[in-house]
This record gives sequence, structure tokens and C-alpha cells, in this order.
Amino acid sequence: MKTAYAHRRILRSVPASMKHRLQAGAAALFALLVIGASIYTFMILKHDPTLTDLRGRLLGASTLHPLGTDHLGRDVLTRLLLGSTQTLGYSLLALGTALVIGIPFGLLAGYRRGWVDRLFMRIADGFLAFPDTIVAIVLSGLLGAGIGNLVLAIVLVKWVSYARLVRSTVLSESQKDYVAIARTHGLSDARIMSRHLLPHIAGHVLVLASLDLGKIILLISSLSYIGLGAQPPTPEWGAMLNDSRPYFQSRPELMVYPGLAIVSVVLLANMLGDYLRDRFDVKKEAQP
Amino acid sequence: MSRPISESRDSLFAAQTLAPDAQQGVGTADAYAAERAPVSAGALPPVLLVDGLTRTYAGAQLPAVRSVSFALGRGECLGLVGESGCGKSTLARCLLRIEEADAGSIMLGGQDIAPLRGRKLRPHRRKIQIVFQNPAAALNPRLRIEDSLLDPYLQLGREAKLSHFAYTSRDAYVRRLLEAVELPAELAGRYPHELSGGQRQRVTIARAISIEPEVLVLDEPTASLDVISQGAVLDLLTGLRRSLGLSYLFISHDLAAVHRMSQRIMVMRSGEIVDQFEAEDLFSEERHPYTQELISIF
Repeated sequence: MKTAYAHRRILRSVPASMKHRLQAGAAALFALLVIGASIYTFMILKHDPTLTDLRGRLLGASTLHPLGTDHLGRDVLTRLLLGSTQTLGYSLLALGTALVIGIPFGLLAGYRRGWVDRLFMRIADGFLAFPDTIVAIVLSGLLGAGIGNLVLAIVLVKWVSYARLVRSTVLSESQKDYVAIARTHGLSDARIMSRHLLPHIAGHVLVLASLDLGKIILLISSLSYIGLGAQPPTPEWGAMLNDSRPYFQSRPELMVYPGLAIVSVVLLANMLGDYLRDRFDVKKEAQP
Repeated sequence: MSRPISESRDSLFAAQTLAPDAQQGVGTADAYAAERAPVSAGALPPVLLVDGLTRTYAGAQLPAVRSVSFALGRGECLGLVGESGCGKSTLARCLLRIEEADAGSIMLGGQDIAPLRGRKLRPHRRKIQIVFQNPAAALNPRLRIEDSLLDPYLQLGREAKLSHFAYTSRDAYVRRLLEAVELPAELAGRYPHELSGGQRQRVTIARAISIEPEVLVLDEPTASLDVISQGAVLDLLTGLRRSLGLSYLFISHDLAAVHRMSQRIMVMRSGEIVDQFEAEDLFSEERHPYTQELISIF
């Protein structure tokens, strides 16, 4: 996990405006690289990502296969690019679902207080007691390995942090006079929450979510690596790392490519989180 | 601790002349008496009649507000003084139904609003509004001034026929409100942090009067302002009371300001009203010992 935050050490000595420019430049360069590679791969080469070709296995880089082929003769670049939609897509799905559950939970607990708050928070504490990896392994054991169950496990663990963050913000914010005045204007509780409280938590949640995105990508990749996530022949980065393991000595780049992809996307997600934190001026406590 | 009342009276008037007169150049006791005159004289029924209002916080041994009763006449300014923590703000919040009273009635325009909830309470909300002490906390920092000003109208004003602030268009309505509190119309598009403390408090006053309430609860409206702004805001409030025919419950720990604004004064201590009198009788020897103590502090 330390590598995910390595850029912070490097960027610490750089002034904030310069830092943002550097980060934006790096992100733009990465985006251009991915777009260029995607156009070349999907519009010109048009390889089938799951079609095996044992005669063309473990080939080196060429114009036909810019990153070579894997142990089953599949084009590595095609699988790498498609893998981004798998890894990133499922990470965003898990994150989005956690937000959809966590935000209303936290809003209600913080605004209603009393028994609603106590009940909601005890439920949250119960979920918090289990580490995400353990929940994923248990769920895979109970329901079978697969990306769906992995997403479910991540949602079960992650929604709690959003509920708690939203609750703590709403607890302090709902005590302010403007919320009391909104009540004297006849605004319903739902309207007070959506008009006055949600905009206050949006910044905090966005920052935590972008920082969490990196962690979730790592989690999905690492659990897919040990076979609990995406199943073959799905082109997923963690699974690709696992597939390339036996060929590490002869073709180490097969492990380097998905590894680099994971590190790059996690770094970008964290840079986005840092930028949003500076942008919304969220205090350090909001960091996980 | 205590000084003779006659000596205190001199220092109290000295304090009064300090704030508004720096700008206005009026400072005699007669001028203040004229300022305090109620909008409508005569025996009109009270617009707000509170009886036996009690509020005890969970876990507290003594009630924060204990059996408070008073009447507020139409066009009258009723002062409420007391030290910090005596229950003034809790009383205000109970009157506005921000907090629930445990017992007592709040007759507002002939209707007891204390037992009403939800939709039944809603039409009565327009009749009573509040201005809080800290305008920075009373305005949502993420809403532009115009959006904050429009909130009460969009929620409650549409159902009522407004006379002074009749809604023709969004811009005209906001401009009219800002004019009423002597603020330039350009402020409409700004955020609260771009305004000074005095300007923000004027915006909260504009918002409170925007739906033409009958009663305005002023919970220490000048406490967080500098001396010059305090005087200007008090002048503004006096003018608005006259032009809009408002009734004020003016809460403050500043006896000078309360004396300047109010026709009658109530003194609160430990949740109870211990003294209630005409403003001109403030320095009477018959005052409750606690009132005399408050005067001597000033």
C-alpha cells in the first residue's frame, strides 16, 4: 500500500499550484496514452481478447502484438485495455453501491439522532468488525468465487466508512442556526437534508471516495490474483498477474504490464483525491 | 458588586449614546422614549400569548425554561434580559417550535401552536420568525444571498398574500428585500463569506421579514457586531417595526439596547421570569433585586 502514496513524498516539497499542474499534466499524459493505445488496438488490430492461439503463445512485442502475447496466445495489450473496464468498472460499481447505502444511512443517523442513530451506528460497528479481505474470503467460500461476490464483499465493508463520515458531518452541521431557521421556514426533514446538508457532505464524500477508489482497485486486483475475484478467461489485471506468474522468469514483462496498470490507476485515483481534498479544503481528519 | 441605581442610570444612558449617536446625532432620553413608542396604541388583543411554557432538557435536573407566561401586543417591542444560560434562547427556540416545550401554550394569532405538528403547524410558521445572534451561522455558506432570501417565500410565502413584499419576479423581490434593510442589490449574487458581519445580519433580518411575519424574535441580534453596526442594526429594526407593524420579542443581555428598543421589559433568571415592567420603570426602586443587580453591572 505504501507505493500508492509514494507520489506524496515526492510532491511534498513542490508548491501547491505547481503540484496541481504536475498532477494534471501526468493525468493528461496517461489519458492520452490510454486513448491512443485504445484507438490502435480496437480500431486497427481488433484482436479477440479471449481467443486462444497456442502456436502464437508468449510472443515478444511486434506491430501486430505491441505488448506481445500471453501463455495462451492472447494479445496482452487488448486484454490490458479491456481489463481496465473490468477492474475500474467493478471498483466504481462497488464504490457507487457503498455510497448509495452509506450516505442515506449516515444522513438519517446524524439528523435524527436518538434511537435511530444508536441503532444505525451499532449496525455499522458490526460491519466494521470484519476486515474486507476476510469478508471477501468468507463470502467466496459461502457463495462461490466470482467478481459479483467480491463486489458484494467490498460494499458490505465500505459503506460503513461513508455512513460514519456523513453522520459526523451532519451531526455538527445540523446544529447550526441555518438548519434551525430552515425548520422555521417549514422545510421538511427530507428537504433540509437534500438542500442544506447534502452539499456540505459532498466535498468530504468525494475526497474519501476518490481515495477509496485506489484501495478498492488494489483489493479487487489482489483478490482476483488469489483467484477469488474475476474468473478466467475474463481479462482482469489481478487475474492477468496470476496467469503470468509461472512465466515470470522467461517473460517477466507479462507481470509488469498489469502491475504497472494497477499502480498507475491507483496513483491517479489518489492524486485525484489529493486534488479534491485541496479543492474542497477538507481537513486532514477526513483522510482514512 | 452593586452601585446606587442613580449612578447606574447615568452609565446606562452613556452606553446608549455611544452606539447610535455616533452616526445619528440624537441622544436624549426623549428621543429614546419616542423610538420606543408602540406602533399601535389601544387595547388590541395580544399577537402572542405565552402561558406556562416549560422546557427541561433530557438529563437536566432543573428546567431550562420554567413556567414562563407573557403577552406581546401588536406592534410592541418586548425586551427580555438575563445573563447567559438563563434560558432566553431556549425560550425563543420553543416559541419558534425549533425545540419542543414540555408544557404550556403558545397562542399565536388566537391559535395555540404548541400542540400542532407537521402540516397543521406549517401555516402558522409564517407568523413568527427569528433572527439569531450569529449571522455567519444563520446563513448557509453554500447558498448565494438571493437563494437564502428566497427560501421562506418559496416555502411559506406563496400561500400568503404579501403586501409590502409582494412577489412579482425573483429579482424584484430580492432587490426589494435588500432595499428594505438598506443593502445594495449587487449583494444578491454573493456568498455569505463575502459580506461583513453587519451586512450578513441585515440579510438575516431581510430573510426573517420577507414573508411578513407578525412576530419577530430577535435573539441577541447585535451581540456579534461591532459598536457602530450595533447602532445601525438597532435603528434599522426600529424603522422596520414601524413600517411593517411588526411585534418584537427582543432578547439580549445588553440592558442598554433592550431599554432603548422596548416598551416593556422582562427579566429572566434560571429559566423564570422574575420581573416584568414598563421600560420607563427600569430605574424604579421597586425593581426585583436581580434586576437592580443587572442595572448596577451596567
